[in-house]
Amino acid sequence: MTRKGKRLTLIVAAMAVLGLAAGLMLFALRDNIVFFYTPSELAKKQVASGARLRIGGLVKEGTVVKNGQDVNFTITDKTSDLPVSYTGLLPDLFREGQGVVVDGVLQPDGAFRADSVLAKHDERYMPRDVADALKKQGVWQGEKR
Amino acid sequence: MIIETGHYALVLALALALAQFAIPFIGARLNDAALMRVARPAAITQFLFVALSYGALTYAHVVSDFSLVNVIENSHSLKPFIYKISGVWGNHEGSMLLWVLVLSLCGALIAIFSNAMSDRLRSDALAMQGLLGAAFLLFILLTSNPFARVAPAPWEGRDLNPILQDPGLAIHPPLLYLGYVGFSIVFSFAAAALIGGRIDAAWARVIRPWTLFAWIALTLGIAMGSYWAYYTLGWGGFWFWDPVENASLMPWIAGTALLHSAAVMEKREALKVWTIFLSILAFSLSLLGTFLVRSGVLTSVHAFASDPDRGVFILAILVLFIGGALALFALRAGALPVGGLFSPISREGALVLNNLLLSACCATVVVGTLYPLALEALTGEKISVGAPFFNTVLIPIALPLALLIPIGQMLSWKRGDLAAALQRLRVAFIVGVLAAAAFGVWYGTPFLSIVTAGIAIYLVVGGLSDLVIRARGRAGRPSFKRFAGLPLSAFGTSIAHAGMGLTLLGLAATGWGVETIVAMKPSSFYDVGPYHIGIESVSPRQGPNYSEVYAVMAVRKDGATLATIEPAKRFYQARRMSRSEAGIVTLGLGQVYAAIGESHEDGAIDARLYWKPLVTLIWIGALIMALGGALSLADRRLRIGVARRAAAPALEPAE
Repeated sequence: MTRKGKRLTLIVAAMAVLGLAAGLMLFALRDNIVFFYTPSELAKKQVASGARLRIGGLVKEGTVVKNGQDVNFTITDKTSDLPVSYTGLLPDLFREGQGVVVDGVLQPDGAFRADSVLAKHDERYMPRDVADALKKQGVWQGEKR
Repeated sequence: MIIETGHYALVLALALALAQFAIPFIGARLNDAALMRVARPAAITQFLFVALSYGALTYAHVVSDFSLVNVIENSHSLKPFIYKISGVWGNHEGSMLLWVLVLSLCGALIAIFSNAMSDRLRSDALAMQGLLGAAFLLFILLTSNPFARVAPAPWEGRDLNPILQDPGLAIHPPLLYLGYVGFSIVFSFAAAALIGGRIDAAWARVIRPWTLFAWIALTLGIAMGSYWAYYTLGWGGFWFWDPVENASLMPWIAGTALLHSAAVMEKREALKVWTIFLSILAFSLSLLGTFLVRSGVLTSVHAFASDPDRGVFILAILVLFIGGALALFALRAGALPVGGLFSPISREGALVLNNLLLSACCATVVVGTLYPLALEALTGEKISVGAPFFNTVLIPIALPLALLIPIGQMLSWKRGDLAAALQRLRVAFIVGVLAAAAFGVWYGTPFLSIVTAGIAIYLVVGGLSDLVIRARGRAGRPSFKRFAGLPLSAFGTSIAHAGMGLTLLGLAATGWGVETIVAMKPSSFYDVGPYHIGIESVSPRQGPNYSEVYAVMAVRKDGATLATIEPAKRFYQARRMSRSEAGIVTLGLGQVYAAIGESHEDGAIDARLYWKPLVTLIWIGALIMALGGALSLADRRLRIGVARRAAAPALEPAE
């Protein structure tokens, strides 16, 4: 093979691999990303039911109802509320009045079916999404950062 | 007094770092040997001063000196001794100090082990190392001083984040830093080579051991971190595609690519420009990782409390070094002579393909990590990119790469024979297919796990069969003498590839895992895979700085109790935080994993039970990869080659 031919092979191989990677990434970004909303953003946007979403806010006081492994609670950002149902173990730090992020699917009846629940880790750690959302709502109580 | 000494030592280290940059750099330009000779003692003394400073901070933590803000916020008088030591780096300031300690250690190592190179190359490399050190020392002194005092001193500290109070934390960060800061050595040599304009096989010989060293440490560090996450977070996961984890994976992938391209450059003088580029890239990604973790653009357990000034400062360092190095690369790379030629079907060709695929993996991780940040900055829209994204993109790239690894190993340099290589791999192919069939029968779906496991077994057998074929020689019969006479680096390559195969097998097996979430009642047993798990007792217990509720669970199979495990839920009074402690038992290569939640009034306790077949292979594979790296590093030919060159540079090495 000539020198030019070798270089061409290399360039074609490089383009093929990079093209493959770029194509896969675009495909994956279209289908596998999850949008994050607060309950009031969700109320404003017209989100079709069945969409995978991530919702952050506070666990509303007095709304946690446990029935064996099934848990129902409401997430609030003090403007809008969103009822959430979940089956499974709650994280160690899940408490009423504390920050929480849930991953799951919006149901046709407007409720949210969560398949994972993340709670804030300690006093200084709150999922940034939640902190931002709470700051926007003007109910942020933590230190400024 | 000790505290002030530590603080002052840090300031002196900054002055030394600046001297280590300026004097040898000017010396190299003026070709003044005396000025260049300043580099080595400056690097070693800088390390000693940073070590002194680090020692002072450790002392403050050990004696619980609560006049230091850093100690108050991250320690507690009742904290166990080992966490008083590891707690030094369990916070922003301390971990930056550890970062700089490792950086200055790298400088000192260059100074000590760099006889076999020109004065100019050494001086320029040490000068770059000095500049890096100066930038980060300045960062610590201006924005993250670990020696800040407070008066009056409180009686008690706020304790270390409970998640960080674990033996895993005692090992994970130092190893990780040794890894990703270790790439600074390669970065400095790349910059020095570009400044000096001389890049040849000898240069590749200089950087290869350092690349290996950093790569080994990073491999171990990542494996350690993932095992730590696995048993402390209580979710049974070992990798979460958290940006902070990705921060360590990006330099690892780039470093792996570099290791392979440096081999081509050393043996065949080809791929020079690319190797230099990767040298810059590996450390740039380490810097990017440091920025992501330390600036507070992300929030996670790793971010501690961060403030924006730090972010801007690290961003400035990042732009200065990455931008500077890439600018230098753009200016000089064009002038580099083109190296050896090779046919596309050859060892070099295979390694180029390996590099392309690894680069694609690396780019994927970079995009998946930065895209959400960029999107939020530009549009305010918040998204999360998680496992589905990375799996979709990485699996189709990584599996072909795994298929290619043994083929590349079988090809000869310059011009290879693909048919012959495939012919030699027929045993590996057959074993792989049989293994996939066996796994399919034994564990069943998912299909992806079966295919991946087959490829993994093929990779293990293919990687190792290279040794057998080499031992066979031309005579066609394997001889032990020839086998024992193979260079250590050949063992290193084969073993590292086999380790990769084992890790891949462990990853494939995650598809066969079983998970159940139950409210466990006393004296009833619950099925988890082939095992039955039941609670024997639930009781409270007092630890040194926490109280816990722990359950004793029996793991049974066919009526016989195989093991008991003790998952616990701990509550740390000082921070009013709780955390899970998983109960784990290794059975064969798999593990039974249990985490407990809340207790119910009827005596039942919520529990998450897992059976994870072959899961330990993920980490065993990583250990074996590191062992392979260590064997390559120990190869006498590499070391003696370097020393011989130094002693008699004019002579051709006699093979």
